[in-house]
Amino acid sequence: MSKELIHLSNISKSFDGQMVLDELNLKIHENEFVTLLGPSGCGKTTTLRILGGFTTPDTGNVFFDGQDITNMPPNKRALNTVFQKYALFTHMTIAENIAFGLKIKKKSKQYINDKIKYALKLVNLDGYENRMPDSLSGGQQQRIAIARAIVNEPKVLLLDEPLGALDLKLRQEMQYELIRMKNELGITFVYVTHDQEEALTMSDTIVVMNQGYIQQIGTPESIYNEPENAFVADFIGDSNIIPAIMIEDKLVNILDTRFACVDTGFGHNKPVDVVIRPEDVELTDPSEGILQGVVTHLIFKGVHYEMEVMANGFEWLVHSTTMFPVGQKVGIKVDPFNIQIMNKPESEDEEAVAIDI
Amino acid sequence: MTSKNKWLSAPYLLWSVVFIIIPLCMIFYYGLTDKTGAFTLDNITAIATMEHAKALRLSILLSLVSTLICFLLAYPLAMILANMKVGQHSFIILIFILPMWMNFLLRTLAWQTLLEKSGVINSILSFFHLPNMNIINTPYAIVLGMVYNFLPFMVLPLYNVLSKMDENVINAAHDLGANGIHTFFRIILPLSVPGIISGITMVFVPALTTFVISTLLGGSKILLIGNIIEQEFTQTSNWNLGSGLSVVLMIFIILNMIISAVFDKDGEGSML
Amino acid sequence: MKNIAKKIYVALIFVFLYAPIATLMVLSFNASKTRSKWGGFTFKWYASLFRNEVILKALYNTLLIAFCSALIATVIGTIACVAMSGMHRRTKAVILGITNIPMLNAEIVTGISLMLLFISFGFKFGLGTILLAHITFNIPYVILSVMPRMKQLNPSTYEAALDLGASELTAFFQVVFPDLLPGVLSGFLMAFTMSLDDFIITHFTKGAGVDTLSTKIYTEVKKGIKPEMYALSTIIFMTVLVLLFLVNFSPSKKSAKDKIE
Repeated sequence: MSKELIHLSNISKSFDGQMVLDELNLKIHENEFVTLLGPSGCGKTTTLRILGGFTTPDTGNVFFDGQDITNMPPNKRALNTVFQKYALFTHMTIAENIAFGLKIKKKSKQYINDKIKYALKLVNLDGYENRMPDSLSGGQQQRIAIARAIVNEPKVLLLDEPLGALDLKLRQEMQYELIRMKNELGITFVYVTHDQEEALTMSDTIVVMNQGYIQQIGTPESIYNEPENAFVADFIGDSNIIPAIMIEDKLVNILDTRFACVDTGFGHNKPVDVVIRPEDVELTDPSEGILQGVVTHLIFKGVHYEMEVMANGFEWLVHSTTMFPVGQKVGIKVDPFNIQIMNKPESEDEEAVAIDI
Repeated sequence: MTSKNKWLSAPYLLWSVVFIIIPLCMIFYYGLTDKTGAFTLDNITAIATMEHAKALRLSILLSLVSTLICFLLAYPLAMILANMKVGQHSFIILIFILPMWMNFLLRTLAWQTLLEKSGVINSILSFFHLPNMNIINTPYAIVLGMVYNFLPFMVLPLYNVLSKMDENVINAAHDLGANGIHTFFRIILPLSVPGIISGITMVFVPALTTFVISTLLGGSKILLIGNIIEQEFTQTSNWNLGSGLSVVLMIFIILNMIISAVFDKDGEGSML
Repeated sequence: MKNIAKKIYVALIFVFLYAPIATLMVLSFNASKTRSKWGGFTFKWYASLFRNEVILKALYNTLLIAFCSALIATVIGTIACVAMSGMHRRTKAVILGITNIPMLNAEIVTGISLMLLFISFGFKFGLGTILLAHITFNIPYVILSVMPRMKQLNPSTYEAALDLGASELTAFFQVVFPDLLPGVLSGFLMAFTMSLDDFIITHFTKGAGVDTLSTKIYTEVKKGIKPEMYALSTIIFMTVLVLLFLVNFSPSKKSAKDKIE
């Protein structure tokens, strides 16, 4: 893993007595695409603003390349931000917007012009130098906001829900664009979003946050396949979260039925939660299933059918390419590998986890 | 709403034509004719006479000075108020409109009491052993009266435009390396131009054309162009001359209107 | 340190704005008849105010004109806003441009232009001419308050009401008007205030023998203001202040405050 660049150490922040971040610890590495993911009010934007220098934490320190920058004003930091609603300077042309940071640094005219050309090319908006921000579409303004930030050659680019105001198709397009730009620039991106799909598509590392705590840090695959608690499982994609008893290693009792699994080390007869993704639930002939149930709902979703199956008092969500009509008796099977065991949260506030990435 | 409701605007359109457009045409008619109704430019060129030109020059000077003072006082105030965030928009507006419930003439007259030789301000100054201020019946008192009366018209549009400014735009400037001074001159000030223009027009026109403030605070010796026009109508009853001088005054007003229309297309800098 | 400086600055501006008002209030309790001398505390001007028929008549005229002109201007202005919402953008811009004239124009010019109109068309100068003049300069304030509300209006709600079987008039009064109401109310209040405080336009459009408080005060300037005027102003100002406090700060009126916004 590459060199550590940013270290947030024991950051706490509250607004009007309301705790927004509680003892947050996070390390971000060079050339990493980190996404802070969580519902609104989880503290992700506050974390980003602390990184950018627009908010000072109540306690804790921000280290950048080993240096403590907690109290450094934003205009002295080697990071740049792409704001949620672009925050372009409406009284300046596109070129003047992009040149803003460079002019302050007193760069030469030639240098600035080259940079503008380069940045506009990077965001696929060559020739827009003399347009005014108001005459651009939302997607184009977004690209200009990125161009304006990256000409300053920041080591880290902070992006605050940059695609939130765009429509679905443009959003998907921009996701690929952002990955391309990041690879071309070779810098660190810290990206804030509440959209799990965005996070899964673009990130090297996802930091799932809720109520001021980090819930899980990991690669998109590990977050999706091995959620550590019910919040993460529920927030990332559809899932069946079922209370269960871990009988012994590799054997779990789900809804009074024994399922083989692959997890070990949870102890004997311990209450746990299991996560089973809807696409991992196999529907079979009743006789072949471990559990028997009845299909209660059926919707065609294009790629697959979405069905709900009532079995042992739990409504199972199932995604399958084979259709079973409502009322049909079916069997339920799950591959041991696809049963994810999670510890029950110990208290109401799910405990924070601080793990190095 | 449907287009057939257009006729609903008829009462207002009729009103505008009868009580705004036609009256303005009347000023031009009277201004360009003599007592017998014959065409003449004499009423317009009368502005060049010593007495009138002096009054106009003084009016322009005093109103420019007052506008500048209003701007310099109001801008920091509007910035502070806009940054407070706690105060509700309507409450701030209210504070500036509230004085209007005390009669405008009395409010202005009260400054006589405050400014007099043995008035409140001089008593305070003497208490601190500071030199007394004798500005009553001088142009300074008129400027003070103008600033006092028209300051709210500068503060409100500035406050309006500054409080609506996106905080992230200012953050973005800091983010791109700008310090406080850079951010103010390159971002905040240019973005508040609609409010500035609106404030300037709202202060300059009434200051340029006032006759009340000069009457109340300037004694009877100082004549502004407003005093001269007022006298032509109420004392000498030379409506043609009064209208002619008003036409000259309107050149400044129209110029002002054009400037405000060019800079403030969306009404961003409006008072409310 | 910086915050203290800011607070002092704001405080100084408010002292500047409200010092004359405080002065007038103090003068209303001054036993001496001249402004410049303090002759001891008295309530006598408040007592004699209510026996002074000339001042009371002027007050009656002022309030009558303020109320009627604000009301008529509100009706005309609100209807105009509704009509304009369906108009082509160009037409609307022209009409709004005309609307702005009395606001941007000098009051003295508006005043004499109306005076010339009334003279030329043989109007009898008196309360009627003052009223017409005040309606004219009040309409823009109403339009400026109602127009933003009109823009925020969701046109679908009106259509939804029609769709649900309401007649156009019912749909307007049941669905559209309640949304406009805050703008209409603040427009009315603005118009009332402006009318009450006006001197210049009234000065040119009033007839001999008819006076509002403003014109009465102006004629008194040379011979000295009657202290009853200070008393009356103090009463008016305090009444408004108390009313505003009641509307803004009584806990049960929280929603009323939001509405005025």
